[in-house]
Amino acid sequence: MTIREIAERIDAVVYAEPEQMDEDLTGAFGSDMMSDVLAFAEDRDVLLTGLLNPQIVRTAHMLDMSCIIIVRGKTATEEIKRLAAENEIALLETKLTMYEACGKLYEGGLGR
Amino acid sequence: MTVSSDALHFHYDVDGNNFTSAGEASVQVKRMLRQMGYHPDLIRRISVAMYEGEINMVIHAKGGDADVYVTPDCITVILKDVGPGIKDVNLAMQEGYSTAPDNIRSLGFGAGMGLPNMKRYSDELKIDSVVGVGTTIEMTFRSA
Repeated sequence: MTIREIAERIDAVVYAEPEQMDEDLTGAFGSDMMSDVLAFAEDRDVLLTGLLNPQIVRTAHMLDMSCIIIVRGKTATEEIKRLAAENEIALLETKLTMYEACGKLYEGGLGR
Repeated sequence: MTVSSDALHFHYDVDGNNFTSAGEASVQVKRMLRQMGYHPDLIRRISVAMYEGEINMVIHAKGGDADVYVTPDCITVILKDVGPGIKDVNLAMQEGYSTAPDNIRSLGFGAGMGLPNMKRYSDELKIDSVVGVGTTIEMTFRSA
């Protein structure tokens, strides 16, 4: 599923460069615990999280992830946006809960 | 330490007073290894393990020193702090065991996966820790 399709399915606000939107991603991992992301996520997964601090970007960067979805209607801070742009990570914000966002993406085929 | 004398050496200060900046040394190392052309899987293993170690130093030990030694076939990461030390290393190696305070968990860390992850992602992990003196962690990664 491309980042563009992901954004459409969860009705997300997007912070990314246009060329990032066509990147095709195959898996996802959802957690507010970065420790667990580092332990259990596959590299290049989409990261869904309700945590809001710069470590979400560093965690994603370490795992070569290229897309972070912030759930539950939270808004990324300027620092998070800056770090994500610096590391070419697309940042999406959705009003959906973690459960709803994961459900919609799974239903659409991401990670299946 | 068994690093060959012709290894390239990189040093980083890990600031223990700023959780926001924790991980910056790992970011720099990741960038450098990419420029040097190492395999992405190796780079990911090194950067995740070093990041876990860096976070630990900030959470538990008010920061410390990170030293990275690079040769074509082997990368060694040494993390040294003068923090409280690890009381029971075997216990700390168990998945899910954590002594991190609750405020750290609200920041997304302290799930008790740090040391197990460092062991999983490195080819060799040595922990030298003395209570009240500090902890030195040496991780070796082989490129072949």
